[in-house]
Parts: sequence; structure tokens; C-alpha cells
Amino acid sequence: MAVKVSMKVNGKPVSAEVEERTLLVTLIRENLRLTGTHVGCDTAQCGACTVHMNGKAIKSCSIVAMQAEGADILTIEGVAKADGTLHPMQAAFKENHGLQCGFCTPGMVMNALEFAKGHPNPTEQEVRESLEGNLCRCTGYHNIVKSIVAGAKAMAGGR
Amino acid sequence: MRAFNYHRPSSLKDAAALAAKQAEAKYLAGGQSLVQAMKLRLSAPSDLVDLNAIGDLKALKADGSGVTIGAMVRHAEVAASSAVQKAIPALAALAGTIGDRQVRHMGTIGGSLANNDPAADYPAAVLGLGATIVTNAGKHEADKFFKGLFETALKPNEIITQVVFPVPKRAAYMKFKNPASRFAIVGVFVADFGGNVRVAVTGAGPCAFRQADMEKALAAKFAPESVANIKVKADGLNNDLHASPEYRAHLVTVMAKRAVEAALK
Repeated sequence: MAVKVSMKVNGKPVSAEVEERTLLVTLIRENLRLTGTHVGCDTAQCGACTVHMNGKAIKSCSIVAMQAEGADILTIEGVAKADGTLHPMQAAFKENHGLQCGFCTPGMVMNALEFAKGHPNPTEQEVRESLEGNLCRCTGYHNIVKSIVAGAKAMAGGR
Repeated sequence: MRAFNYHRPSSLKDAAALAAKQAEAKYLAGGQSLVQAMKLRLSAPSDLVDLNAIGDLKALKADGSGVTIGAMVRHAEVAASSAVQKAIPALAALAGTIGDRQVRHMGTIGGSLANNDPAADYPAAVLGLGATIVTNAGKHEADKFFKGLFETALKPNEIITQVVFPVPKRAAYMKFKNPASRFAIVGVFVADFGGNVRVAVTGAGPCAFRQADMEKALAAKFAPESVANIKVKADGLNNDLHASPEYRAHLVTVMAKRAVEAALK
């Protein structure tokens, strides 16, 4: 049976007719066509599907869309400015070569963005712990950690 | 995932009534175990009754006399609560080690306890601190709550509303975690109530259990050496690709010793 689900995605009100069993990530990718949010493992291990729900990083493959009814969702597409200027965290990933194949990157950036708000000057160890829920199969962690440390500082500096 | 009907009641009464009407209904808390189990078709409820809109389940209170956590309070909230950190630091620390940060933003204490995963962290704290599990139908003492693998004393359709923890003199939780899933291969929660010591073990058996010989030794002297030479029997402990029963038995002693060390700091 189809049900109506409504929420705000990247600042815009959206609604869709979905089956109750539709995952939030499926709604985002297939109904809204926002394919920056990735499905890696589909078992809550890899974090490629990380989005923000009401300001908190969550795994969008681990909840059904109905759980996000009325919520404020932010995906990777809503992070850069409208004119294309990268967010300081995205810029830090670019500058520090924080990606290889790029598949895990949207999830890494979304998790890092929210982590950095509470940790303006994180240590390398804190960043590594914050990445428990994100996997990079290229094993490019070294530069990802560097990127997040730099991105957090840039965000705190109001750049 | 099999198809199901979704409900979002705004009161406990409506939630219980909705679940009672269906033969195969399940309550949905944060969904961090249930949604994944449904995706694998390990669970296929006819109806999901989402408890997220019930405001009464989201309260968190902590002071010198106790900590009361609403069933729908997320792990991240408990970990970050300065009141919990002050009243029972070991409980806040435990909540901060569950899963990963994304999971902690969704997962709830009520969901964790009702699910009773053998490797879940919260059962160790609930049993180790001798907490009381309050439901819409009454109260359960921790010692009588955990019945077996994914099995609790909850009756069909009973809803956990809050968990009440007494404040110990000192406590600590140590876990040897699976590096991939972050679930406890073995976790030990030690709580000293001044003469009365409780030791609860998770991850090792079908569900959390108390380790009476260690409790006795620690009540006589609360020090790491009191448990260092206690050998735990491997009979009935979990066996999987991560650890043998013998290895888990060994880890119980090691984690108990480290927990006592941490509690004394």
C-alpha cells in the first residue's frame, strides 16, 4: 500500500507516495533523484548513506522513510553554496586529496560536517574515532583524517 | 523487506491498542537492529508501531539519587548528558561506545533492552547496576528481565517506558569489541554499592548474566587482584567465528579486572 511521506530535504519541502517499506535512502535516491547519497553495504556498516536528520548524522539505509516524516534532511547535494562554492569541509577534502575512488566520500563528508560542529579543533585520534561508522575500501584513511582536521579548523575559522 | 503497515501513534495507550489488534505487530524504536533484521527478512512483522511520536518516552533525568532514562532516549543523548556523566559516569561512557556515532543518533535504550541482543552493551549496565525496567504494564527488576537469546520478561505488546538506575559508589564498563561491528565480544560492567558489588557480563553468553564468584571476591576487597585469578567456565558460552567459548571465558576475567581498575581511577 502506498503512503504519503513529507519532509524537508536540503531546505525544500518534498513529499512522495512510497511503500511503507521504502528506506529513507531509496526515497532520496530513487524518488528525489539525489544520487549523491550512496548505498555501499546496505547493512549499516559502511556509512556511505550518511545524511543529516534534524542536524544529526544518521545512516539513511537503516531507517524507513516514514521515520523521517516531518524531519529536516540534509544530503551532500545541499552542502555546497548555490553558486557551486564548496563548503569548507568539501574544500578540505579536495585540498588534502581526501578521496581516491570517491564512493565513500559523501558519507565521510556528511559525518565529518556534523562531527566538526561539536569539535572545532579535533585531534587526529578524535577524528579516527568519529569515523568508526564509515568505511573507505580504498583504505585512504590517512588523507581523510587530514582533510577532516583541516576542514574542522576551516569551519571554526568561519571561512 | 516484506511489506508491512506503518503506524505512528502519539500516546502509549494508542500504541498498545494498535499492536494488540494485529497478530504480528512490532514496536519500532530507533530501528537500528529491527530495520536491518527486516531487510534480511529475519523479521517480517505485519505492522510496525513507531514509538517516535510519543513524547512521554523521551525524558532524561539524573541526579545524586538516580538516573531515569526514557525508553526513546538515544544513545548519543545519554553519552552527552552532563547530568548522567556526573551521576553515573560509567553509564554515559557505555552509551558512548555503542555502535558508531550515526547508530548512536538513532538507537534507543528501550529498543536495545527489548531486543536483548546477546552482544548489546546496555544489558550489562542494566544488570550491573540492578536497574528497574518500567513498562506500561508494571515494573521488571533487572535480575528477572533477561531470559535468554533475544528473549526478555516482556509480555507480548508490553512497552518499555523508562529505565531507572540507582547510583553506585563507583562503576566501570570494559568491553572487548568486535573491530568491525563494535558489538561486545565480551563486556563486563562492575558496580560497587559499598559492600554490595555487582558484576554483569554481556557478549559471552546467550544474554547478559551476573558473575557471582567475582561479586563475592570484590565485595571482600574491591581490587583488580580479587578477580585476576578467577577462572570462568566456558560451558554454555557463545561460540562463533569471532571467539571460542574458552576465549570468551578468558576475556571475562580480563575485562572484569580492567573494569575494576577503571572504577578505582
